[in-house]
Formats: sequence, structure tokens, C-alpha cells
Amino acid sequence: MVKDTQHGIEIDTGGDTCRVRLSGPQTVAQATVLDRALAGLPADRAAEIDLSAAERIDTAGAWAIARAQARIRAAGQEVRIAGADDVRVALIETVAGALPAPDAAAQKRRSLADLLEGVGRAVAGAGRYVLELTGYLGLFLARLGHALIRPREFYLTALLHHCQGVGWAAVPIVALMAFLIGVVLAFQGSAQLRQFGAEIFVVDLIAISILRELGILLTAIIVAGRTASAFTASIGSMKMREEIDAMRTLGIDPVQALFVPRILALILMLPVLGLIANVAGLFGGALMAWVELGISPAMFRVRLVEGTDVTHVAVGMIKATVFAVIIGVIGCHAGMQVESNAESLGRMTSAAVVAAIFAVILADALFSIFFAQVGW
Amino acid sequence: MSGADPEVVIRLRGVTNAFGTQVVHDALDLDIRRGEVLGVVGGSGTGKSVLLRTIVGLRAPQAGSIEIFGTETVGCDEVTRAAIDRRMGVMFQDGALFSSLTVRENVEVPLRAVPGLSADVRRGLADLKISLSGLPWLAGGKYPSELSGGMRKRAGLARALALDPEIVFLDEPTAGLDPIGATGFDELIHGLSRSLGLTVFLVTHDLDTLHATCDRIAVLAEKRVLVTGTMTEMLAVDHPWVHEYFHGPRARAAQETAGQGRGAD
Repeated sequence: MVKDTQHGIEIDTGGDTCRVRLSGPQTVAQATVLDRALAGLPADRAAEIDLSAAERIDTAGAWAIARAQARIRAAGQEVRIAGADDVRVALIETVAGALPAPDAAAQKRRSLADLLEGVGRAVAGAGRYVLELTGYLGLFLARLGHALIRPREFYLTALLHHCQGVGWAAVPIVALMAFLIGVVLAFQGSAQLRQFGAEIFVVDLIAISILRELGILLTAIIVAGRTASAFTASIGSMKMREEIDAMRTLGIDPVQALFVPRILALILMLPVLGLIANVAGLFGGALMAWVELGISPAMFRVRLVEGTDVTHVAVGMIKATVFAVIIGVIGCHAGMQVESNAESLGRMTSAAVVAAIFAVILADALFSIFFAQVGW
Repeated sequence: MSGADPEVVIRLRGVTNAFGTQVVHDALDLDIRRGEVLGVVGGSGTGKSVLLRTIVGLRAPQAGSIEIFGTETVGCDEVTRAAIDRRMGVMFQDGALFSSLTVRENVEVPLRAVPGLSADVRRGLADLKISLSGLPWLAGGKYPSELSGGMRKRAGLARALALDPEIVFLDEPTAGLDPIGATGFDELIHGLSRSLGLTVFLVTHDLDTLHATCDRIAVLAEKRVLVTGTMTEMLAVDHPWVHEYFHGPRARAAQETAGQGRGAD
């Protein structure tokens, strides 16, 4: 005999038939209590559930009753509902009819094999990703070649529009960033070189590190953050609203219309941005060298022209072109992977930025080795 | 109107909605009775969805009073509003499911607000609502983006039903569904309104839905509720728009289908 007056549940398991008497409201608020109580009913004998004193029963209450009913009936015993009007009978029947199949709820445990499988899938996925990127690069080059043969099909207005967005709009941030890097290099370099009395070599330090590495690498990283995300977001939202499918049905090639102007704009603009960064970096370095070490701008210029080979600039510009292709292809590819929901747009945008920055740094490392071997 | 008035659960009086200078509703009156399925129809731009949003409290009307369960809700405090909100469920046009959650987790969201509900019971109740909405129970583990439009609507309905609301608002439940899916949804609404004793406020364009599910129809036109009544009463109204709506070629086709359906019963 269980009596829970607070929740209005009375269970008498004494006789041949278990008698359950429910009173008060049996709603979602106490569904847990009711479900637990009814789960304790023995399945070896018939039961009667009396609802005549229950004020209100919602689907949660009916769910607990229907569950107990199904469990006891499965054991071959009868469960009678007493004191219920037509509405309640209909409610319990509807709920009982909708009870989900009780199997297959078991959670799968992750085993070591699953873990290994996950690693394998990730590696295969990364390989496939690189392949896809190569495919997009090929697609871009093919359409670029196509545009060279048939210039009328080239979207010149789009190219100029993207040049403005990618290049012109990024000038202030890139210039400021490079200026500050120049300042930092001169400051740190002078502190170290002064110990050896080799202050004048700060010019070489600034020139080589800015022209060869930092100017273009940091510009590429900023552009990767700015532009790869913009490409993914704009192409991805077009993909989401089926605009790209619409283009295809109208006979417009999305690669020609969307990818070629964007990536080409990057290829044209990133070297220019790199040059601007070089100039700003050297300017910042010269300024700091003047303030900190008393190297006059004229002396800085002489030392720069005499001591620094122009190949450093060439190295930077070659890298810029490759970085531009990497950033553009990754951004466009990620845009095309967007599905029809807003969440995937956000996910792909951040994935594109991470992938682009990583790829730029990786490529820079490879370039370092390559140019060291070549002897530039 | 009639002698023994059934209980009115929502009473709108003099509700005025305007966007800038454009008045959508001008002193609109409407009663919604307990246990009925009320279909709201009207041309595009007559503010059917605005009316729904006003009643569920997503939009404050410029003037007028909205009484829900006998409580005035225009300008009421948040506690009162929250108590009323718990007794109502809304299904938005495309389900408006949270895209980062699975269907089951979506249905569990309102259930999480119930104190003392254990995780397994919550899960069981969510599965029940999913199943009641006519979704295969495997759908519970899927994300909204993996579902078809019709399934998303059903999942939206499952979430609206999570806390056993007394009133359910449905915004265009059959829009964008194929005829079979739409008929299935009509039957679902009809069946649930009977077995769960729901009051349903239904915004629709679908004449078949009106025939199959609605007890009463309210026509929005001329910035107010022009006329309310049963389908039979609608057919007798001689306002030009109402006449055109219920006697057009599509309406005739829907009437024939409904007639056949009844014949088959």
C-alpha cells in the first residue's frame, strides 16, 4: 500500500488486482513522480487505475498511465481504466497509440575501434579536402583561360568591384599594421644590436624581415581574415537562397561569374597590398631607428639601397601571388559547401578563415625552404 | 450572438495595429471559444499573421484590449504574460526550429522549464509529442536541416504541444506542403484538437484545410474581422471579396472534395 497524498497517488497492491487511485491534477509538473510510482506496479497481476477523483490529466499524465498499461499488458495482464469520461479515454488512447517503439533507445558506447575509425575518417576527409581545393583551383584556371579566349564573357565590373573591396578598403589596416611591425622590429632590434655596437645593422634587419617575410605574411593573414570570410559569406548566402542554382538554370556559369572575379581581384591586389605594407613597414622602422638610434633617414636610405638586395622584394611578391590564390580558392570553396541553413554558413565562414590562415603559413614555410635551396 | 455562449478564451476588442501611417487593423473585434478550431482567412496583406503575432504577444497593438483566459494582456506585467504564454503554443510557418538542436532537443526546450522533471521522463514526453505529431520516432535524433518542409512543420507542432497548451496557434500549417502531406496535416490538427481538447487558432489560405478542420471561420478584410461563422454561413455571405473567396473555382473544387469525403464516411 503506497499512499502519496501530496501528489494524489494511492496504490494498493494487496489483492488479486492492484488498485491505483489518482486524485488532484496529474499533469507534466508531477509526471516524474507518477511515472516512477506506476513503474513500480507489479506486472504479474491485473491492475485497475481509477481516475474518478483526478481533476485534470494532460498528455504527460496520460503518458505515464499508457506506459504502465503497455508494460503490464506485455506481461499478459489486463489494465482497466475506471472512472474516466470519453474525453479522457480518448486522450489515453491517443497517447497509447503514439507511444514510441520501446526498443533501440540504447546509447551506443564509443569503443577504441570507433575512435580509430574517427581518426581514419578525419584523415581521409582532409585528403579529400585538399583534392577538392585542387579541383577548384583547376576550375578557376580553366575559366580564366576561357575568359582570355573570350574576353566578352569576362565580368569586368565584378572584378573592379572586388578589387575595391579586397584591395582599396584594406589599405588603411594593412598600412597601419605594417607600420607598427616596423616600429617594433626597429625597437627590439636596436636593443639587441646595441650590445654588440652593431646598431647600423638594424637597417638590414628591418629591410630583410619586412620585405622578405613579415610584410607579405602579415598582410596575407589580415586579408585571409577579411576576405576569405567575405567570400565564403557572400557565396554561401547565395548558395543558401538557391541563387547559384538559379544562375546555372539561366545559363550563367557561377565559377565564371563568382569565382574568377573574386580570386583574380585577390591576385591583383594582394601584391599591391604587400608593397604598401613594405613601404609602411620600412617607414615605421626608419622612424624608430631615427628616434632610438639616431640613424638619420638619409643614412637609412643609403644603407637600405646598398645592403639589401632587390630579390627580397621579388621573393615577397612571388609569395603574395600564391597566397592570394590560396586564400581565394579556400574562401570560394567554403562558400560552395554551405547548406540550406544559417548554422552551416557561420560554420563554413569560420572554417574558411582558419583554413586560409593555416594554409598561408604552411605555404610560407615551404617557400622558405624552397628559396633557401634556390639560393635567393 | 447565440443564447448559451460557450466559454470565450480569447476576446479581442478594438485592436488597432499600424505600421507608421499604414493601418493594418482598425478597431478589430474577435472571440475565440474554448475547444473550437477557428480558421482565419483574408487576402494577402490583410494582417493575418500580424493578428496572430499580436495575440501571442510578439507585437504590442497601438490600441485595444486582448483578454486571454479572462486576463487583460495588453500592457500586463511579464509574470502574467509568462503564465499565459505557458498555456499557449505557437507553430510558426516553417517550424522555426532551433537549427543547432535535434528535433527531440527542440521539443525538450519548453519541458526544461518544468521543475522536477527527470531527464528520462522529459525524453519520453518529447518522443511522445514527436510521435503524436505524426513524425516517425527516428526523426527525434535528426537536425532540422535534415528534415523536409512538412516534417519541420510537424516538429514545430510537436514543440508547440510540448507543455499541453490549451490554445495552439498555427501559422499557415499547410503552406508549401504537397496535397497528401497537407491532407495528413489537416487530419492531424482535427484529431489532436478533438483528443487533446485543444483550441486552435489557424491562419490559412488553404480552402481544403478550412473545410476539413475548421469549426468556425473569421474573414479579415477592410482592416477588421468582416464576418465570422461556419462554412455554411460563409457561403451565404454576399460581401464581394468573401463571395469571390468561397465561390471561386478553387473553392468549388475544395467543396466537392469535402462533399466526397463526407460521402465516404
